[in-house]
Amino acid sequence: MSGAPSPAPLAAGTAVQVRTGAPLTHCRTPQYLRGKRGVVLRALGRYPNPEELAYHRPGMPPLTLYQVEFDAAEVWGERLHEAPYRITADIFEHWLEPAGLPAAAAHDMGASHGRA
Amino acid sequence: MDRNVHDMGGDPAGPIDQGEHARTVFDQRVDAMLRLLAHPQKGYFTVDAMRRSIESLDPQAYHGLAYYERWVRAVRQLAIERGLVSQAALEQRMAAIAARRGARP
Repeated sequence: MSGAPSPAPLAAGTAVQVRTGAPLTHCRTPQYLRGKRGVVLRALGRYPNPEELAYHRPGMPPLTLYQVEFDAAEVWGERLHEAPYRITADIFEHWLEPAGLPAAAAHDMGASHGRA
Repeated sequence: MDRNVHDMGGDPAGPIDQGEHARTVFDQRVDAMLRLLAHPQKGYFTVDAMRRSIESLDPQAYHGLAYYERWVRAVRQLAIERGLVSQAALEQRMAAIAARRGARP
């Protein structure tokens, strides 16, 4: 891991996509969100990488943790059998990549949040 | 899909018991042990290492153990990983206690 400073954090409203992949090692990004598109709500600060801390390593440099919002329809697809709602999850920067804005999230950005 | 047993978001599930759980002396002791060992001034391991240990349990063990029983297994594994105690010393001590109690070691 390089010691280069991280770029400025992503702004609220930035469309992101959670990376896919299934690491064999410790990981806090839930499987059901991998590959899903969402929108950054806010940056929560920078923290040592838990994937490193889990193995007694320092986890430095720290990574930005983001609160990301997803539409239930994006996450569950045809498995959604209830009224649409939003899912909010905390995801570290190295699990996020840029994405086109999901249509469902674009039209109601800033509305009140459903359950998380 | 590759995932550990704890990563169950989206799986079918019944109602969630949101009631308070009784707290036993065992629970409190395990909690205290973790807090002492993971305290930044001691820093033997982190809560992330705890999670890694608990979340790598096989499904049968994970679902078969109570919450703090998972914790105590993780504390034991991490104490051995960090060289605080050896597996042999731990087994010897557990056998001695079992014998003292008249249980089968």
